[in-house]
Amino acid sequence: MQQRSIVRLGVPLAVAALALSACGSRDAGTSSTAAGTKTVKIGVIAPLSGGLSALGLGIKNSVALAVKQANDSNAIAGWKFEVAAEDDEAKPETGKNAATKLSSDDAVLGVVGTLNSSVAQSTVPVLAAANIAQVSPANTNPSLTQGADAAAKKRPYANYFRTCTTDAVQGPFAAQYLLSVGIKSVATIHDKKTYGQGLVDAFTAEFTKGGGTVVAAETIGEQDKDFSAVISKIKPSAPAAIYYGGEYPQAGPLSQQMKSQGLSVPLMGGDGIFDPKYIELAGATANTDLATSVGAPTESTEAGKKFLEQYKAAGYAEPAAAYGGYAYDAAKAIIEAAKTALKDAKDVKSARTAELTALGKVSFDGVTGKVAFDEFGDTTSKVLTVYKVDGGKWIAAKTDTFK
Amino acid sequence: MDQFLQQLLNGVTLGSLYALIAVGYTVVYGIVQLINFAHGEVFMIGAFGSLATWTLFFKGQTGLWVLPFMIIGAVLASVAVALLLERVAYRPLRNAPRLAPLITAIGISVFLQEAVRLFYPGAKSALPFPQIDLVTGAAFQVGGITVRRSAIFVIGALVVCAVLLWFFINRTKMGRGMLAVSQDPDTARLMGINVDRIIAVAFAIGAALAGVAGVAQGLQNSNIDFFIGFMAGLKAFTAAVLGGIGNIYGAVVGGLVLGVVEAMAVQFIPGTFGGSPWKDVWAFVLLIVVLVFRPQGLMGARVVDRA
Repeated sequence: MQQRSIVRLGVPLAVAALALSACGSRDAGTSSTAAGTKTVKIGVIAPLSGGLSALGLGIKNSVALAVKQANDSNAIAGWKFEVAAEDDEAKPETGKNAATKLSSDDAVLGVVGTLNSSVAQSTVPVLAAANIAQVSPANTNPSLTQGADAAAKKRPYANYFRTCTTDAVQGPFAAQYLLSVGIKSVATIHDKKTYGQGLVDAFTAEFTKGGGTVVAAETIGEQDKDFSAVISKIKPSAPAAIYYGGEYPQAGPLSQQMKSQGLSVPLMGGDGIFDPKYIELAGATANTDLATSVGAPTESTEAGKKFLEQYKAAGYAEPAAAYGGYAYDAAKAIIEAAKTALKDAKDVKSARTAELTALGKVSFDGVTGKVAFDEFGDTTSKVLTVYKVDGGKWIAAKTDTFK
Repeated sequence: MDQFLQQLLNGVTLGSLYALIAVGYTVVYGIVQLINFAHGEVFMIGAFGSLATWTLFFKGQTGLWVLPFMIIGAVLASVAVALLLERVAYRPLRNAPRLAPLITAIGISVFLQEAVRLFYPGAKSALPFPQIDLVTGAAFQVGGITVRRSAIFVIGALVVCAVLLWFFINRTKMGRGMLAVSQDPDTARLMGINVDRIIAVAFAIGAALAGVAGVAQGLQNSNIDFFIGFMAGLKAFTAAVLGGIGNIYGAVVGGLVLGVVEAMAVQFIPGTFGGSPWKDVWAFVLLIVVLVFRPQGLMGARVVDRA
């Protein structure tokens, strides 16, 4: 009885607390500065702590840079931009909480993030309910923009955009690259996960279309450590390269074991193996192994170099990392769209729908190339880069636009 | 035919690794009727022990002379952990119901995995294992068959360990004491055998072989992580049961059979049910079939007569 009465008392208390806290954030939302300018916030959801924080902090700082520049140049008269950064710890649940927090803030117009596709899958629906735009600098999973069924593309959420290209073009891009360097026979291996299988399927279709032959198609288990049986099975078909769909924890040892078993051909994979850890695990024989990754290396273009200089001049503690340029462009896209959306708006909340429409129409030259979105919210620029292992490092071998 | 021989070699190599670990399950089971599920983790500790030895004392060295030190480091680490486990976790439960030490073993297994993950520098993801001259590197071609250097090491390690073990059990006083304790601990104690010591020795022998297996795994797969003990332990336990748990020779035979079946399943079973991801399924199908017709395992339980 005693316990039950505590529960009875506790439930209304909790409800009251929630209601109060909701009120609190609403008050904060409509804050305006003394000078008569109103505040509009750009949220950031990225891993700011943990193993992926180097990438996350680069995203946050790059957004801050774009926001600072917009304020300095007084991009929209009467409005001042602010950054509201939330940590998602690279976890979907934490990301969902961050999205909930941002969507309860009436001053938030758009969100830059997330780093991980899995986290985006839980933040997008939350932000969609509040009509807040989310522009990701790094998500590569095609289903976020084109729905789960690749055959019948359907955009699941109208508020989601991204400035990087997707896995759907990585496989075909790899196929084109191998054909262009004269490799016509390839064996494929994947780990049976969505990412790996998707890469290999897309690769195979493009590779055979371009006149190549897939001489062996094998799979491995996620927990496998010893690949000798699979390698022995592939070896007699004498492929000129191996295309692997999966991530570096398996790909590194696979490359090492392949070569120690006398199958000395390059292993190629997607951005899942594009990591320094891959080279560490694959060892000295990793040379000439290949990986594709989205976008061009930021330092390879004029605009990219300028961005990196500005970033350096702004004095952030952490480097811009792999997705800094994309995050900067994502923030710029939100600001660019806000120019139309906020022009006659009396508050941010009422401008959100206009912001989504305007985002779909933005078109400008960003630091990573042309920034514009297609009818699914994907970037129209399909720039990818092939990287090659050379002397223990990933070196950009070829940057090109996917056609 | 080349393909068959190639996969036979792959299978025997993998099987040798299973066999080295399986002996640890079977020796301990033969003497205290305990399925030491933490044994897979003892194997993992061995692998990390040899890596730590290399990192601390020989970093950058690739000469063959480093290998014996790495093996000693592995064996010391795994034996120390196994003896500590026996003393702290299993001895107090010796007369408890059979389930208590079993659950303890599973708990310890998780504990050891997490301890390594949290406290070994960099162990949150896989760590590369040092490459040693002559033992790793380009493979030999014998006719149509590719022989990896590390495969020779693994098979050689099993042969040497098996001979030493046979000699220890059949030709030394301590070994005969083990046989006696496995047959009847109470009578053995009355005959003046220190049963506690024999049990500790049984744990140590299993751990020493697991330590060697840890080095073999590192050389063979070029990297180790904190989770390698789980699957290897499960397979080795299967091998021990397949051969007849409690029978040391059964563990060796069981390991080899299991390894060969896995390799052959990858090569020769076509279609949906073939290929690498299905090899574990076929390994366990074999286990079930054998146990249906020969519940005592392939070799039967010759060492222990109570299992």
